Amino acid sequence: MKKFTLSKPAKDRYITYGMLAVIALVVQLYITYGDASRSFKGLLVPTCVYILAAIALNLVVGISGELSLGQAGFMCIGAYVGSTFSVMTEELIASSALRFPLALLLGGMVAAVFGFLIGIPVLRLRGDYLAIVTLAFGEIIKSVFNNIYLSTDKNGLFFSIGVESKANHEFDAATQVDYIKGAMGISGTPRDSTFLICMVVIFIAMFVMLNFIDSKQGRAVMASRDNRIAAEAMGVNVTRAKMTAFVMSAFFAGVAGVLYSHNLNTLQASTFNYNLSIQILVFVVLGGMTKMRSVMIATIILYVLPEALRGFNLSNYRMLIYAIALIAMMLINNSAAIKRVREFLRAKFARNKNVGGEV
Amino acid sequence: MKKILALVLACVLALSMVACADTSNNGGNAAQTGDAQGNNDGAFTGYIKIGGIGPTTGGAASYGTAVMNAIKLAVDEINAAGGVNGMGFAFEWQDDEHNAEKAVNAYNTLMDNDMQVLIGTVTSAPCIAVVAEAKEDNIFMLTPSGSAVDSIAAPNAFRVCFSDPNQGVGAANYIKENNIGTKIAVIYNVSDPYSNGIYEKFKAQAATIGLEIVAAEAFTNDSATDFSVQIQKVKDSGADLLFLPIYYEAAALILTQADQANLDVAMFGCDGLDGVIGQLGDKAALAEGVMLLTPFAAIGATDEKDIAFTNAYKAAYKDEIPNQFAADAYDAVYIVKAAIEKAGVTDASISCSDLCDKIIEALDGLTFEGVTGTMTWDIETGEPNKTADAMVIKDGAYVAMSK
Amino acid sequence: MSSFFSYLIAGISLGGIYALIALGYTMVYGIAKMLNFAHGDVIMIGGYVAFTAISTMQQPVWIAVPCAIIACILLGVVIEKVAYKPLRSATPLAVLITAIGVSYLLQNVALLIFGSQARNFTSVVPDDFSVSLGSINISGETVVTILASVAIMVALTLFVNHTKSGKAMQAVSEDRGAAQLMGINVNRTISLTFAIGSALAGVASVLLCSTYPQISPYTGAMPGIKAFTAAVFGGIGSIPGAMIGGVVLGVIENLSKAYISSELSDAIVFAVLIIVLLVKPTGLLGKKINEKV
Repeated sequence: MKKFTLSKPAKDRYITYGMLAVIALVVQLYITYGDASRSFKGLLVPTCVYILAAIALNLVVGISGELSLGQAGFMCIGAYVGSTFSVMTEELIASSALRFPLALLLGGMVAAVFGFLIGIPVLRLRGDYLAIVTLAFGEIIKSVFNNIYLSTDKNGLFFSIGVESKANHEFDAATQVDYIKGAMGISGTPRDSTFLICMVVIFIAMFVMLNFIDSKQGRAVMASRDNRIAAEAMGVNVTRAKMTAFVMSAFFAGVAGVLYSHNLNTLQASTFNYNLSIQILVFVVLGGMTKMRSVMIATIILYVLPEALRGFNLSNYRMLIYAIALIAMMLINNSAAIKRVREFLRAKFARNKNVGGEV
Repeated sequence: MKKILALVLACVLALSMVACADTSNNGGNAAQTGDAQGNNDGAFTGYIKIGGIGPTTGGAASYGTAVMNAIKLAVDEINAAGGVNGMGFAFEWQDDEHNAEKAVNAYNTLMDNDMQVLIGTVTSAPCIAVVAEAKEDNIFMLTPSGSAVDSIAAPNAFRVCFSDPNQGVGAANYIKENNIGTKIAVIYNVSDPYSNGIYEKFKAQAATIGLEIVAAEAFTNDSATDFSVQIQKVKDSGADLLFLPIYYEAAALILTQADQANLDVAMFGCDGLDGVIGQLGDKAALAEGVMLLTPFAAIGATDEKDIAFTNAYKAAYKDEIPNQFAADAYDAVYIVKAAIEKAGVTDASISCSDLCDKIIEALDGLTFEGVTGTMTWDIETGEPNKTADAMVIKDGAYVAMSK
Repeated sequence: MSSFFSYLIAGISLGGIYALIALGYTMVYGIAKMLNFAHGDVIMIGGYVAFTAISTMQQPVWIAVPCAIIACILLGVVIEKVAYKPLRSATPLAVLITAIGVSYLLQNVALLIFGSQARNFTSVVPDDFSVSLGSINISGETVVTILASVAIMVALTLFVNHTKSGKAMQAVSEDRGAAQLMGINVNRTISLTFAIGSALAGVASVLLCSTYPQISPYTGAMPGIKAFTAAVFGGIGSIPGAMIGGVVLGVIENLSKAYISSELSDAIVFAVLIIVLLVKPTGLLGKKINEKV
């Protein structure tokens, strides 16, 4: 007999937190004391970045039931803002323990502001139209950031969209520093992202999002996802709740972007293209679109799979195998025959358990 | 519960791949590198492991593939000819999909597999990310084609090709000095660091030396098929020279569409334009009269080395004509060979850092004659000193321009 | 003024290609209710088939073009049978992801077979099809593209409205369950839709590669996205909408390149799209569907 019982969602939440803590601990011990390969160490931060981006997207796709194809756009904003901040204040704020959290917060907030702005019109639309508007938004962001130039010299700050005005501008060559260089993006971002910081951020994100899902607003959003008309008839007003989910998702996508940009020495807007949004969507859909935990696991598997194929003597077949694996997983997950097998197994499993209980 | 089956399946797949990967690494480096075809296998005292990184999938795949093929060709040639100081070259390639993050993953995999020299990366932006890693490991890094200034921002990083600013300034000066045009129009790829970088410096230099730019039209990787608007604007601007700091695929489309629009101006490009004749195929006549500054030309080459390389490449890769990328990469392998020979390294088990110091020491003062010209290096910056020849396309081949 | 007309015509030419691809998108979406993201890559494969027939096997155009179309139909039907049919009862998102998987697969297969080098495509349209209006030259490819997309649009409209199979498609589109009860073979109707959509991809492949005479494994990707945008722009599911959406998108793209900024034209096109969707949330010709409770 247990002295106290947890409600099912709460129990579920603690399983997730526990899992995160165990992963963080085991991996950190392994990379500190174990014989971890370089590629293993190198994959940790990117995997965390995609986990964060995917669970954030799940809030929109899985929980709110809206198809968003603009996740890369929010990551792009976060990455650029965070990176610019860090590069420009590297001398001013020497301690990365202070600078990096500020960069994370700033990148996330700016992304959230954009999330709010794009959310106003977007959330009026439904289904595939919402998908196309978010896709368009992502492409606009990519295209605009690709043209941004930011420099300073002794006369102050210079900012332009388009290479023309930069080439026409008279710089003081001795003091000129280029921060954002158009298609070349930003170079020399301090590499502050570590595995532990990433895990802490994921933990916080998970905490905030799971609490949101279990809140009144979260339930309203899910009710509307399952049956909008019924929910509206019951007097549930979801616009605000949906907006909260959307902005929260944008915020964490922005944070993921900051983590991403502080893991590499270089940053280009072209990285955040539509393929990246799709990639993150794949993680979410394969993760089942409901539980944050499954999305996280799906992300780990799908991100690591093509990288694990590297060591194999395949080079050209690597992406081909990835594509086939993706299709196969979707089919296996959803096909009627497999579903029957699964039902059968589950029924059998359940019966056995009952039998065991009686004994 | 619902997804467990698929997840487990994927896990098993991923794990089995990793497991397989381990065995293949232990057992078959030779199979991986394709270096063992040389008959004198076993005659070598050991192998120096060369790693290569570049895009072989994704939109930039043609550049990475050219580099990979050329490195393989050079490595096989060197091994067949007896290697370097009794050692052979082993070669492993990793794909980076033209993405900085994947390039770092590729680099880490190569380091796990005991790479000693890195030839790469192929494209500028991933190169900047890898340079930061390579700096920490102090591994000798020679990029055949990463042309951005930051691509070799480390004391252990060098390049074979020209830098972007160098090309932009060089092109502007050449046009001015030889009076090729007075009213210049430019079509450039704003989403490509190479093209954008050249244009930025070209424009600044043009202002300094008094060249008039009458039209500057951009396109992006996402809209690199339809150039009719840009061509019409060039036509309306009354330009007498069209400067194309772009790669040959887009240039071939521009030439085709310019012909349809009856645009009649002289055209001038940089090393990226090399390959345009092959790309145009049966419409090669459209390239007639196009001028370019390039250190290497496959078609109509007169230099013995160039001819030998072009023929070997065509024989090895289904008659494909080698482009600038291939030529630079081919040179890169021979540069490493020359430096190792000069340094007198004979033990293949040398650590990458020691090897790097020896190679850099040897590069100082080394004059290398390759298919992309005769070059020396500035040890401080890593930039090559070489000259680009001005070529003009005549009767489907490159001919040196008479000054 | 004459340059304005030449921008306009170039825009219509580009838009014609988008329209042709968008017609395929909209057919499949309208009836099967799925976004077939692999459509652009089916086009790419069609292009390679035509390329192989013309340049490698030296076949005349009248053999190459049907070959490309038949190959696309076969490919489309096979993809549908293997990858989409098992997911008929799954969520639309599952099908979308599978389509993305198919898209990656086709790109990588093409990469392995044909290599990464862009190939030079010989136009299937004879030079003397071009038309001159004063100083403006309209290329033969443009003429054929426009004619083909109008003809296909008319034919599709007639087919959907006046044949038994077409009416079955409408019924399936309206309510799949009810259609089944009425004795319509839903699976066959959806497969037929895919066959038609893929045939359109075949036509589009030949004309796309003729207009912009290059082919690489990624040729289909970007036109695919733009055409998807065009289909939504015109009201996805609507056949005339796809046509109008495609042409309007092409014209906007070229005019913004010409008059606003060639650097930001991608952004401008998508910004216009967002504005249109805000004013008309179901696209230019999209039907407003009253939801049933």
